[in-house]
Amino acid sequence: MTAVPIAPTPITKVRGAHEPISHDSAVGHVTGRAIYLDDMPTPHNLLEAALVLSPHAHARVKRIDFTRALAAPGVVATVSAKDIPGKNDIAPILRNEPALAETAEYAGHPIAAVAADTLDHARAAAALVDVEYEPLPAVLTVEEAMAQRSYVSPAQTMARGDAAAALTSAPMRLKGELRCGGQDHFYLEGQIALAIPGEERDMQVFSSTQHPTEVQHGVAHLLGLPFNQVTVEVRRMGGAFGGKESQATIYAGIAALLAWKSRRPVKLRLARDDDMCATGKRHPFLIRYDIGFDAVGHILALDMVLAANAGNIADLSPPVVTRALCHADNCYFIPHVSLVGLACKTNTVSNTAFRGFGGPQGMFAIETLLDIVARKLDMPLEALRRCNYYGPAPRDVTPYGMTVEDNIIDKVVGQLESAVDLKGWREKVAAFNKTSPVVKKGLATVPVKFGISFNLPSLNQAGALVHVYTDGSVHLNHGGTEMGQGLFIKVAQVVADAFKIDISKVRVSATNTGKVPNTSPTAASSGSDLNGMAALAACEQIKSRMAEVAAKKFHVPAAEIRFAEGRVFARNDSMEFGELAELSWRKRVSLSSTGYYRTPKIHWDFKTGTGRPFYYFTYGAAAAEVAIDTLTGELQVLRVELLQDCGKSLNPAIDMGQIEGAFVQGMGWLTTEELWWDKDGRLRTHGPSTYKIPGSRDVPAVFNCRILADSPNREHTIFRSKAVGEPPLMLALCVWLAIRDAIASAADHRAIPQIDAPATPERILMAVDDVRAGMPR
Amino acid sequence: MTVLDYLRGVRRLTGTKEGCAEGDCGACAIAVAQPGAGEQHYQAVNSCLMMLPQLDGASVLTVEGLAGKDGALHPVQQALVETDGTQCGFCTPGFVMAMFAFQQAGEKASDDAIHEALAGNLCRCTGYRPIVDACRKIAGKPAGFANVDLDALKQTKLDGEYSSEKERFFTPQNVETLLLVLRWLPDAVLLGGGTDLGLLVSKERKRLPAVIWTGQIRELKEIRDEPGALQLGGAVTYTEALPYLDKAFPSFGALVRRIGSRQIRNLGTIAGNIATASPIGDTLPCLIALEAKIALRSEKASREIPVEEFITGYRKIALNKGEFIASILIPRLGAGQQFFVYKLSKRFDQDISAVIAAFRVEIAGGRVKKLRAAYGGMAATPKRAAAVEAALTGKPWTQETLSNIDAVLAEDFTPMDDQRASAKYRLRAGANLLRRLQMEAS
Repeated sequence: MTAVPIAPTPITKVRGAHEPISHDSAVGHVTGRAIYLDDMPTPHNLLEAALVLSPHAHARVKRIDFTRALAAPGVVATVSAKDIPGKNDIAPILRNEPALAETAEYAGHPIAAVAADTLDHARAAAALVDVEYEPLPAVLTVEEAMAQRSYVSPAQTMARGDAAAALTSAPMRLKGELRCGGQDHFYLEGQIALAIPGEERDMQVFSSTQHPTEVQHGVAHLLGLPFNQVTVEVRRMGGAFGGKESQATIYAGIAALLAWKSRRPVKLRLARDDDMCATGKRHPFLIRYDIGFDAVGHILALDMVLAANAGNIADLSPPVVTRALCHADNCYFIPHVSLVGLACKTNTVSNTAFRGFGGPQGMFAIETLLDIVARKLDMPLEALRRCNYYGPAPRDVTPYGMTVEDNIIDKVVGQLESAVDLKGWREKVAAFNKTSPVVKKGLATVPVKFGISFNLPSLNQAGALVHVYTDGSVHLNHGGTEMGQGLFIKVAQVVADAFKIDISKVRVSATNTGKVPNTSPTAASSGSDLNGMAALAACEQIKSRMAEVAAKKFHVPAAEIRFAEGRVFARNDSMEFGELAELSWRKRVSLSSTGYYRTPKIHWDFKTGTGRPFYYFTYGAAAAEVAIDTLTGELQVLRVELLQDCGKSLNPAIDMGQIEGAFVQGMGWLTTEELWWDKDGRLRTHGPSTYKIPGSRDVPAVFNCRILADSPNREHTIFRSKAVGEPPLMLALCVWLAIRDAIASAADHRAIPQIDAPATPERILMAVDDVRAGMPR
Repeated sequence: MTVLDYLRGVRRLTGTKEGCAEGDCGACAIAVAQPGAGEQHYQAVNSCLMMLPQLDGASVLTVEGLAGKDGALHPVQQALVETDGTQCGFCTPGFVMAMFAFQQAGEKASDDAIHEALAGNLCRCTGYRPIVDACRKIAGKPAGFANVDLDALKQTKLDGEYSSEKERFFTPQNVETLLLVLRWLPDAVLLGGGTDLGLLVSKERKRLPAVIWTGQIRELKEIRDEPGALQLGGAVTYTEALPYLDKAFPSFGALVRRIGSRQIRNLGTIAGNIATASPIGDTLPCLIALEAKIALRSEKASREIPVEEFITGYRKIALNKGEFIASILIPRLGAGQQFFVYKLSKRFDQDISAVIAAFRVEIAGGRVKKLRAAYGGMAATPKRAAAVEAALTGKPWTQETLSNIDAVLAEDFTPMDDQRASAKYRLRAGANLLRRLQMEAS
């Protein structure tokens, strides 16, 4: 089974930006030749590692005895908090977040690790590490944490006007609670890292991470090294979704500690159950609301507390809460608003980044609330929304003080509604329900406005490194990481387009902290926005140098040199791009450049919760039809129609993949994916046998996704495209709202459904029984 | 050693991935043709749950062998590239192999067939639409092996590679040999398909000192379609039993399609599902409701025992040392008898039941003449709902009769709250399944 090189595709035309080009690794994926970290040739003397995880939700580690483990076959090294030569701190934002715990703060908390000659030996030895725990009282729920004022970071507030007064004077008012669950990332490739010690304490780390720089920092802190002695590389991840933004650092750090101790290469690959128990997930939220409105559907005031279960440490919870607050308005202007965001400290695993990063939970809150208000007023939800959309000034300012300058929500929603004949569709659903006593259908739409840029302005920067070789081939490197989202092909398209050469001439290389330093995580949908611009900047510098060379050769001003179709033109003369590269080298002109980009216009004041955190917004709308079985609560999503704004798409094929994939992932969050902890705080859904992500049959039988046409970004983003990684996930809220509609129709819309997410068969059945028991509207 | 560990660790064929090591994600899927099956009979299996000696003499195809020697992609691979069916690519080799088996079987492009073929493979990136489209492209067009790297298609000969003093694995070819091995090693573990037992090795990394695999015992592979009863040999897999179940008990057949996935059903056996005696073993309520019996054999004797008596407690069975399950006898439905089984789970495909209810019912003159109702997920073992049966027998077969059935079901069962469902849901939905039965059985 020898590897056979794939013949290069013959160039028929120069393919660059905006083309639907397949993923650069597609052939590697389907042949199994794409190399993931665990597939790399193993270094000589490799050790494999296994973790010791706390079985207690909260316990002091009194004593760790490695005697039995060290005596086990093949064991070479062990490590616990006491062995750490540097600082036991891998916090991404705050401080004092240990890689190995001295006090176990959740069931699954890594306490120690063992390295042995084989994985089986390591795992067997990990079971022989004797840990004496002193169990402590555990806080397991958001409610308990709120009662004890147990938070990982200070409360965040965002306010405008006088919500209290406006609520008092509002003609109608509703108060209540909503809940949405967390979500495991379930990347198919689990957490993994390989640490290789070098000379003079250097450490090379291969990590499946979205944030190589943070891994570099984490490893350096743990080992007490300057950053320049740690190099981190990642070629590709087998999925990440936010789960490898901060979480990868812990496991890379532990691998590095064992490598440092044993002076041998160490690989740490988590078994699926350990991965699911030990690593953070999407934050579950408890939402307490008080909303005021009038009889014709104007939302007048909103007072809302969004309480996230942060888990045991802050990790990325503070900015997750910020983003939740920044999206609790979705597309609506609410004159008087008071939002409070809490990151509750509990003895459960520390929750973390997950596609949408708080945005989905904020939108879950407002969209569910509007559904409740619409049902209270017996008014179509779409009509209620139209009463409250952001509009012309003064109705164009968000609760955090940012003016919505690029509002196209009316256009997006309008296009979707007319494309699908929403009115006729709704009539069909109503007619079905009239004659179907057991199976009930529901139909709902949802609009989405999602802010693009990291809330923390300093993260909105990127670097790239571009080399042109003398044969005209191009080597591309940038700070972004490839997790399947197609970032590498998109940035390669930018480079191909910049030099006007075919994409096949551009080779993307593994992300490496030694090539592009001080990088931001590949997150917040920003990968192609940031790295595309940085790569373009590098190309422009090389191009201008090459243009000078060409200008001299052809005796024309440099301004007249034109790059096109793989060649360089000067009036009637031209030469191949590669020839010019060769000539430039001979003329001693540099063919290598870094490129740098920082997002303009953005600022954010954490103290007041105001600013312009987002460079722009992206918009979308979707509609879903579902059917529920009122005897069992079983659900089928029958049809989804979706329209997503991608600006002028860099790659429609890749963007479509992001849209569909994000939507289905969002659907999973709201339907089948339920995390379940027992009374001792132990996660009992820690493998695919118990934790159910959507399968192929769960995808709606009719699933039509479209990219909004003729809608270039009004801001100067890379070739006027828009970010797409996260926004479509929130469009899955139409499935959630359609389920609520179906439940309501079980009692002819006489009652307002009460249900928490995810809408499992159990929750749907209970909600159906409740509405039929006649809860008042 | 699992096949997956062998492929990745020993042979360094790293195209096949470990996603979960519990047979649920399909990233480790490979295609296997058992000895004598012929090259058109490649079945997708999860290599993480398969013990290496189960491959002895079989033809094995991994993703590495699917592309031609010249690098030309196999039509399945080409289809996935063309539909943009890959993103992170980690699940892709497993999908490729599941789709290869689907294509070789020449199956239709219907949505049902495609979802059935893909149910054992999880993808977290694409949302499946392009993968389903790729299946449509290749459906019904068996590609043969012209494109396959035939050097990769070696018969696996494993002599000496597996057996050691600590681990012994036996693959008897007939019952006589099985009995001999059992006499010699009465404590040896009987392995059917390994879809449950395999977890001990795959996830818990245990070593099993002595294993007897029943998968090649000719007599135990027999299926007898007798007039009185359907007789399934003790080594018959779900996949092998399916056409017969479909014919005799369509509802049972439909349920079996929701047990695990094809990869699981190609290995797993009905006898294994019984012997595991899980409270949520899906075939058990069906077999109990159908009054099935198990034929047990040992060197000394043969006996038959009703399934409900065979299950003696939580994961406990009335199997004596030296005994094995020779066959399962499922009586055919008598005149007027109807059989329905309902499974409730969070996800339709490849999920473990929260509640499963199987009913054999006879309605005459608008009344319940006879009802056998068996539930899974409601107690430590699958068992009959005696109070429900008693309460309904002789009563008019109407929804009104069922108005208080929730309370009666609560006399039969005191279920648990767990990750799959609460006790409240189990009772409520369990009662509603009787209401569903009333709508469907007449």
